[in-house]
Amino acid sequence: MFRNQYDTDVTTFSPHGRIFQMEYAMEAVKQGAATVGLCSCTHAVLVASNKPASELSSFQRKVFRVADHVGVAFSGLTADGRVLTKFLRNECINHAFVYEAQLPVSRLALRLADKAQVCTQRSWKRPYGVGLLVAGLDETGPHLYYNCPSGNYFEYQAFAIGSRSQAAKTFLERKFEGFNKYTPEQLIKDALSAIKETLQGEKLTSSNCTVAIVGRIEDGTAEPFQVVDTKRIQAIIDSMEAAEEAPAEPSSMQEEDKGSDAAPMDI
Amino acid sequence: MSRRGDWVYENNGGTCVAIAGADYCVIAADTRLSVGYSILTRDHSKICELADKCVLASSGFQGDIKALHKNLAARELLYQHQHNKRMSCPAMAQLLSNTLYYKRFFPYYAFNVLGGLDSEGKGCVFTYDAVGSYERTGYSAQGTGSTLIMPVLDNQLKSPSPLLLPARDAVTPLSETEAIDLVKDVFASATERDIYTGDKLEIVVVNKAGTRREYIDLRKD
Repeated sequence: MFRNQYDTDVTTFSPHGRIFQMEYAMEAVKQGAATVGLCSCTHAVLVASNKPASELSSFQRKVFRVADHVGVAFSGLTADGRVLTKFLRNECINHAFVYEAQLPVSRLALRLADKAQVCTQRSWKRPYGVGLLVAGLDETGPHLYYNCPSGNYFEYQAFAIGSRSQAAKTFLERKFEGFNKYTPEQLIKDALSAIKETLQGEKLTSSNCTVAIVGRIEDGTAEPFQVVDTKRIQAIIDSMEAAEEAPAEPSSMQEEDKGSDAAPMDI
Repeated sequence: MSRRGDWVYENNGGTCVAIAGADYCVIAADTRLSVGYSILTRDHSKICELADKCVLASSGFQGDIKALHKNLAARELLYQHQHNKRMSCPAMAQLLSNTLYYKRFFPYYAFNVLGGLDSEGKGCVFTYDAVGSYERTGYSAQGTGSTLIMPVLDNQLKSPSPLLLPARDAVTPLSETEAIDLVKDVFASATERDIYTGDKLEIVVVNKAGTRREYIDLRKD
């Protein structure tokens, strides 16, 4: 009831100790198209769903390479995301120039969080309206961080942000314990399944999602952050659909079970 | 060598050469690092691969060369992020010129030769002075052995005069192996008389298949 009085400025607290402008910024993240990130002990994967503004337009790019070893995907005000990506790229380049070493992912997430915090404590600024999933590989392995407009950041095994992300999160919560042992291919499959949950019945194709992966392959060399080719994605989606249809045929009982599992997520 | 108390440069010697062909470019430099009459190391590379079709060789003051190469490599990465492709050789040529002139009143003590393939896949060589004046040519030599090498290249590579009309390509009609042999020969000659050139020759060849490296021994005295 008192929200309207205390939500004009980001520098105004409410009587209950909340800053509404910051919370509104987090709302902007929730309205954006869904994005999912997953981590195993060798690779990290980011998947973003591509929602074009209209049938005539192309979709908004939401997955960007920041450096060879790290990339981001975001949800929310994508223009803010682009600007933050430029900032992250500069940080990585400057660090590598001075220290001749890659910027560790945790430090990158920290720099981003500090930058976001500044905008929550200046009366002439507004918070960045975008949540970023930062996925990268450094000496301690692959990492996935989520950076909020509030300036908070957390490390995750798997996470989903954006509209209808709860469906994806529920899916991930069921599966995340096995992720560490996954191969990169399995990781991509589960990431695509998670994004599929957010599509609410719409068919998943290689043109309505973007997948990126970074990690360390078996022989120890690092696979740099790169967007996975659409042909490979389509092949993976096709194999996922084939696997889904095959076990359903022998028994209709199994299908019903799957149906009851799916129901809560549809809501 | 210098009487000024504020002389901040030193010449670490060495020679760089590049030759452009119809569809390849050969960039070569010796690997000796010296100061005064002493050798600091016999195994130091003067060559930096800035982009997949663009290679820079520099001789002069090693501190400035290292800083210049790092600077350009960082700018190339930024370019990659912004334009989603690697920098072409002519683009890098302009960037190098601007970077050098930026420090017109405290120059990089670096004598550069940039080689690679242009956007059409033809070989190109750009040669520079210390403050960024540059020219696209078919071949060039820079560094302490350049005065010994350049006349030989002029003789062998028969560059048409830029005053001729219609304008003719400066790139050599020689094949890749012939150009590499020529490079080996000129370096062997320069090593004989230039005390700062010798030890090993590093040759980088850029063609449409990619980039490859070769090392040849030179006289170590």
